[in-house]
This record gives sequence, C-alpha cells and structure tokens, in this order.
Amino acid sequence: MKNFLSRCYIGLIFFLLYIPIVVLIIFSFNESGSLAEFSGFSFTWYEELFHDQEAFSALRNSLILAIISSLIATILGTFGALGLHRMRNRYVKQAITTVTNIPMMNPDIVTGVSMMLLFVAVAAFLKTHELFGFATLLIAHITFNIPYVMLSVMPRFKQLDKSLSEAAQDLGCTPSRAFFMVELPEIVPGIISGLMMSFTLSLDDFVISHFVSSPNFQTLPLYVYNQTAHNVKFSMYALSALIVAVILVILLIVNFAGSAADRKNKKGGR
Amino acid sequence: MKASIRAIVILASVLLLLPLVCGLTACTRDKGEVITLYVYNWGEYISDGSEDSVDSNALFEEWYYNTYGVRVKVNYSTYSSNESMYAKLSSGSVNYDVVVPSDYMIERMIEEDMLAELNFENIPHIGNIHEDFFGEDAKYDYYDPDNKYAVPYMYGMIGIIYNTTMVEADDPSLGSWQLMWDERHNGNILQFNNSRDAFGTAQYFLGLDVNSDSEADWRLALEKLKEQKPVLQGYVMDEIFNKMENGSAAIAAYYAGDFLAMYENNEDLEFFYPKEGTNLYVDAMCIPKASRNKEVAERYIDFMLTEAPAVANAEYTYYASPNKVVRENAEYREYMNTIKDGGYDLMYGTDTVKTSSYKNLSGEKLIMLNDLWEELKSDIEVGLPIYVICGGILAVLIGGGTFLGVRKRIRDNY
Repeated sequence: MKNFLSRCYIGLIFFLLYIPIVVLIIFSFNESGSLAEFSGFSFTWYEELFHDQEAFSALRNSLILAIISSLIATILGTFGALGLHRMRNRYVKQAITTVTNIPMMNPDIVTGVSMMLLFVAVAAFLKTHELFGFATLLIAHITFNIPYVMLSVMPRFKQLDKSLSEAAQDLGCTPSRAFFMVELPEIVPGIISGLMMSFTLSLDDFVISHFVSSPNFQTLPLYVYNQTAHNVKFSMYALSALIVAVILVILLIVNFAGSAADRKNKKGGR
Repeated sequence: MKASIRAIVILASVLLLLPLVCGLTACTRDKGEVITLYVYNWGEYISDGSEDSVDSNALFEEWYYNTYGVRVKVNYSTYSSNESMYAKLSSGSVNYDVVVPSDYMIERMIEEDMLAELNFENIPHIGNIHEDFFGEDAKYDYYDPDNKYAVPYMYGMIGIIYNTTMVEADDPSLGSWQLMWDERHNGNILQFNNSRDAFGTAQYFLGLDVNSDSEADWRLALEKLKEQKPVLQGYVMDEIFNKMENGSAAIAAYYAGDFLAMYENNEDLEFFYPKEGTNLYVDAMCIPKASRNKEVAERYIDFMLTEAPAVANAEYTYYASPNKVVRENAEYREYMNTIKDGGYDLMYGTDTVKTSSYKNLSGEKLIMLNDLWEELKSDIEVGLPIYVICGGILAVLIGGGTFLGVRKRIRDNY
C-alpha cells in the first residue's frame, strides 16, 4: 500500500513537471497553426524552422557560446576548487566559498544589469562603440558558470584520500605529476558534471544575455523571446521540442558516464 | 611544484584571454566596403522570406548594391515591447540605425532628444504615405506634429472580436463597448492585461479623454472596470489568440489585423469597431541620434515605402498600411479579401470610425495609472490566503526539520 502511494506520488510529480513540455511537443506536430485543436500530424513547422536562417544562426551562436564558456568556466572553476581545497585558513576558505557562491544566489537580473553597466563603462573608457557582442556575452556566461563548476568539483576534492597523493609522492612523483596522475582522475566525474551543468545553463540563459548582448550576436533564447511580440510562431514550438530532445540526450549521456565512472572507480579501488 | 602550478595558471589565463582577444579583434577589424545597418523592429513585423514571401531586407541589400555600388548588410533584430526597445536604446550598450517605436514612445523619445531629424531628400517616396498620416493636414501625426522625426510604417485600430456561435446576431450590445460589460456573457469576456489598454476600453465606453489630465476621469474609468470584473474570464494578452480561436472565450478587444490572423483559424469569429470610438496607434520608422549610418538608414526607410517591400510587409503582418501604393495595389486588395470576405474594407473602410490615440503620459500620471491598476487587480488576487498557505508550508518545513534534527541528536546520544 505504501509502495503504491509513493509510486502514485512520483507519477503525479512527473506528470506535473512534464505535461507542459509534452503539450508543446505534441502541438509542434500540429498541422494547423492553432493550439485550439489537433487537426493532423505534420512536419510543417519543422520544415518552416529549417528554412529559418536567423533561428539557425542564433542556435549556432548559442552553441558556440555555450561550448566555449563552459570549457573556460570548467578550467577556471576546477583550479579554483583546487586552490580552495588546499587552503589552510578555515575562515578565509569559508569566506571565499561564500563569495564565489554569490553569483549563483544573486538574481539573474541583478547580475545582468550590473554586467551591462560595467561594460557600458568600459566601452566609454575605451571609446569604442562595438564592445558589446560575443566578448561581453562570453565574459558574463563564464562568470555565472564558475560557481556551478566549483559546486560540483568541491565535493570530489573533499572525498579525495590525501594519503594517495602522498604515497605517489613518496614513490617519486613530483607534486604536479601526482596531481595529474592520482588526484585528477578521481575528480573527473565532478568536472564532467560541472561542464555539462554550465553548458546547459549557458545554453538556456536569457536574463543575463538580454542585458549584455548586441544585435551582432543573438543567442537562441533572445531570438525566441523577441519573436513573441505578437503571437508565438509555431516553428518556435518545433525548435523548443528539438532543444528538449537534445538536452535529454545530453543528460542521459552525463548520467551514464557519471555512474559508469563511479562503478569503475569502485572496482579499481578495492 | 611552484613552477608547474604557475605554468598551469598561465595556460589557463591564456585560454581565457584567447577568445576575448579574438572576439575584440574581430569586432574592431576593418569591415572593408561592407556597411552594417542595424535595424531594430518588432518581432514578426516584416516580410522575412518565410512561407514563400518576399525577404524585404535582402531586397534592400540587393537594391542598394545595384544603385550605389556599396554593399550593405542589414543586421535585423527584434524586440517585443516599446519599453524593452527603449531600455536597450537608452542603456547605450548598442547603436541602432533604424527603430520602429509606437506613437507614444516616439513622443517620449523626441522629448528626450534621442531621435535624429530626418533628411527628406533621401526619402523621396514619402509622398506614398497617405495624407492622413503625414503632411500639413495629417490627422494622425500627433506624435510628431512637425513631421521631422518619423515615417509611418504600420497602424492599427482596436475593435471587438466575438464568436458568432456564442453571441447572437441580434444581440443589442453589438456595435458598442457595452458588449464587454454584458452580464449575459458572464465568464466569456477577456480584458487587456495592460493598464493603458484596459483603462482605454472603459474611457472610450464612458466617452472620456484617454489622455485626460484629471485624476477624477481616471477614477471614473476605474469604477467602470471594477464593475466589469465579475463578468470577466480574465485579464490576458497574447492568450487571446488561443482562447478566441478555440472558443474558450466569446468576446475580446484586440487589433483588426490580429483578428484576421485569428479568423484564419476559426471562421466563427466576427469583428466590429465600437461606435463610442476606439484607439488608433501608429508605429513609425525613426533614426536614433546615435546612428552612425544616417544616410543609409534614410535610404532604408525610403526603400520600405516603395511598392514591392511595402506590399510584402503589409501582406505578411496583416496590419494596416498607411502607404497609398499598398492600398491601391489590386493584388493586395484581393489578398486581404481572400483571408476574409470584406477583409480589405475591414482594415481600410474606417473613415466613419471615431478614433483617438494614446499620448505619452507624464511620469506622475504613469505612477497614478499604475496605482489605479493595482487597486483594480488586487481585488481579485486575494492576498491573504496565499500568505497563510505559504506560512503554513514554511511552518511545517521548519517544524519537520527541527523534529528530525532533534530525533537524530537523541539517537546519536545513545
């Protein structure tokens, strides 16, 4: 009985979580441009979408931005976590952890507006008109991605067995070699999940991008939002459905990769 | 050890800086002969080549190259409200060459000295604009009375859309704003979820000035809106499309062009302009002061007044065109009539309709309007139960948390 109830509960939660997306996907296959009735299955909107060059250049921009910003944020975040992990003074450590978490806790709109003001000031200082664009977006995305990377890498560092690295050094490894050969493989799952996390965050960020973008470089969320001035174009449904599919695939890969790595570690360790 | 860590740090910072440097140099790199023209327009407001339509921007690029021998790249981006456009423009983060704000926003931008005066020598096709919208005796150039800053692009009028299966053809309220207050359609009426338009419906109904200076007038409108609230299904904006198309609401006020778009999906819908008068708005092309390609921008504006792009844009958006060449185009007339019988007259046979337009409200009046709007809305969304529920949930969470914590501590002690 208890089992049955808990299953029902989980079912209800999943239903509520996913029903909007399911509706969106179903109607992206609707023949007529209406949410009123499902008049027939067709790929009309997907066809229109694939002829929409702007949407695709926005998608390309989003992907470029997400890949580069998540890679850089992962590198910076991992080394940040390493530094934090090795830090001796507990209070300083705590203080720095709190500070790095601020961009994560901060409402996006505050981050966005303050970034914009900063860049406007820099542009005025450099006397340039074309500062806004890819560069500003990249800086902003790296900024809000770093805390998430650190958040997923830090626990891995905490789990590390200190004596392993010491043993490696006793056996003749240089400290940096010990790090790369002993410690790094242990924290890789954390790095990968941080990378994926920042990739998806960067891909769907709207608020911050809205403030620091320029017409030279529009990301997909900005494009979709600006298309909604009148009635939402149905090809946007198709686009959203595709994005959901891609994100789903990525998350599946991440989960399988993560659990596979864990299993391997357990086998190897004991 | 120090050295290798330093090497890693240097590597990381190089990796970080590399794309930035590339990005910056890409930005500052000389663009050669190609001029980029930044156009900032409403979403879905230009013929963009989808569904076999004409791509107006591509047409301009081609025309410009053939006429002047210079390559122009139109960088076209879109916004979803006047306010977001204004915010973007005034933040100074980007420079646009052509923007298309609505009337009241143009007024405000002129007041704030954000728009450049146009050189009409570069806009020879200005004569295509109907006399009502541009020139000495224009009725609808209230936002720019001296015709110095703006060239009309599209306009629209609010009317009432109703579903003929739910509203009888001999309904006595038809033809009047009364229909939106009619108790017999209780629960099937949609009102704008936007203070200015919602107050507008009440003001037109009561015969008040929509730009009134007296607070008493606005209060009267508020009372009227409060009276309407019990019969409303809700305050909505773009949901109007779906709700009217699938028949889940019977009556709503919206723009004539949007009505035609809804009619394509539901032929039971009908439309009229209320006899008490209604709102007419104009969106016009302007050049911001910060533009660095003013001449090209002026030629862009001029090009949009010529037949091919103007007709294509009007056919694409369904909004009314102030352009005589469009109105007289036989193919366009037929196109509007194929959407709906009498579609063309619905858009343009509007000489007898009483109209007025929204002017830019002063800061004080905007605050007042906002307060009145809140007063209206706060009645429905009863605040208290929500606070009680939230408080209850919070209490349960805190209580549960402490209980578990205490239990754990007691257990740990054993």
